[in-house]
Amino acid sequence: MSQEKKSSTQATRMSSVVLLIIFITLALALTALILAAQFSSDLFVAGWLALIGIAGIVLSVYVILQMRRHGSHPNIEAPPIMTTIECKKDGYKNVREFKRGDYIFKEVEPCPKCNEKMMITAIYREVKEKDKEKERSRV
Amino acid sequence: MSWLISTLNSQVLRSQFGASDPISVILNLLFYVIFIAFIFYGQRIQLYVMLREVESSLYKLKFIKDEGRKVAIETIKEIGKPTTDPTARVDRFLEYFTIGPQNLDPAGIVWKLEHILDVRDVRLKDEVKMMAPVADETQANNLENTLEAAMALNYIYKVIRHFYLLGKKTLSLYIIMQIQMLLPLIMREAEAYASALKAFAFGEPIGDGAGALVAGRLMHGYEITKVQKDCVVATVPIEGRTAFVIKAEGPGGNVGKPGDAIEHVVNETKGKIATIIMIDAAAKLEGEEVGEVAEGIGAAIGGPGVDQFKIEESILKYHIPINAIIVKEDIGDAVSPMRKEIFDAVDKAIERIKQVLLERTKEGDTVIIAGVGNSIGIGQ
Repeated sequence: MSQEKKSSTQATRMSSVVLLIIFITLALALTALILAAQFSSDLFVAGWLALIGIAGIVLSVYVILQMRRHGSHPNIEAPPIMTTIECKKDGYKNVREFKRGDYIFKEVEPCPKCNEKMMITAIYREVKEKDKEKERSRV
Repeated sequence: MSWLISTLNSQVLRSQFGASDPISVILNLLFYVIFIAFIFYGQRIQLYVMLREVESSLYKLKFIKDEGRKVAIETIKEIGKPTTDPTARVDRFLEYFTIGPQNLDPAGIVWKLEHILDVRDVRLKDEVKMMAPVADETQANNLENTLEAAMALNYIYKVIRHFYLLGKKTLSLYIIMQIQMLLPLIMREAEAYASALKAFAFGEPIGDGAGALVAGRLMHGYEITKVQKDCVVATVPIEGRTAFVIKAEGPGGNVGKPGDAIEHVVNETKGKIATIIMIDAAAKLEGEEVGEVAEGIGAAIGGPGVDQFKIEESILKYHIPINAIIVKEDIGDAVSPMRKEIFDAVDKAIERIKQVLLERTKEGDTVIIAGVGNSIGIGQ
């Protein structure tokens, strides 16, 4: 527990250092922009200073956004699981969402057509085409 | 501000940096500062960048680990209806460890390992029973699997945290570098266990159960006998041959001991087995399709190696040929709810079994077909 606390303290200290660097960069970038305004007579110098100022601001914002992204929780989403129920006698098929207690070869409710007991023949999850393409593009 | 401008405009400074205007002076100064900083602190900067990467992954791992613990506790409360709060017991369970046998003298190590694994299994089952007294056998097996997934997540988190803190303490680039380089693979494994948690908690079939599903399809509707340990066997006529079809008993989360079951059938038939066909899920290489079916030779079984050893001993005794059929999938697919591609591969695997039987055995022969894998969510 104390190790965890120590780790989080160290992590906070690390973030504080990064934040300090960001603020210094921001201050320098703003100074460059003010200097650019001062050198308005010399367009070349003013242009360079403005470029440095804008680049500094963009960089700082980018690092802040990156920090926010790193801090966000990972998304552990449960994919929808489908259960296929079939009637062996007349071939009636029903696909519904998985329910706790379902298992393959389990006998379930009677068939609405012939009243024979139906059986779970498949339980699976379907991966979206987008994710499959992502898998292929890893090649 | 005016001081800064006049300094930048001073001829002395300009001549010092070989520049004709203030902006060049700034740029040159900046270049020298960065250059010197990188000479002395380059490795340190690289180290901090790596540490930051490990830290953000560690944060994600902590979240996943906490989620795992939460899911395990909630499932125990929901299914097991414990009289007391199971949180403390779950926390103790997550820290559980197993010490492998000494291998200085490797003779007989398999039996020692088997004994230790048996003791571990009994201990974990007892713990689960105490945590969830109302749970039936199937639910208890699922709970055990859920807790094992949470245990794996807890272990991954602790190992990464260990290297992160060690790297910070020693400021060793090489300690941090090795963990940072392995992180993408470790994160994939952790995410796989995270998705496995819910599958185990709900009793959904997982990708690893492909072999068990093949055996389940073949034996469904035939008389089933329980064999050692946690396995079932059925005598099934297939393509004019008699097949002893073996799988772990389902639908609870269970892999059984197929090694013992095969040994039992081989001894019962006095070795009069024409061939053994083993079906299992196997790790695919990147670029291969999920659910691809491949055929080969050997005992297709993972785990610590005890079952593979026993099967190899049995087939060697009677010189029985052994064939393997594998369904390819990656680690994430193996422990997460079964993908449709893997489910569809079951029919292809059955076709391959029939092909092997027709090509490698004669009519009237006796064969063993063993579907290896976790039987969670798969009956028989």
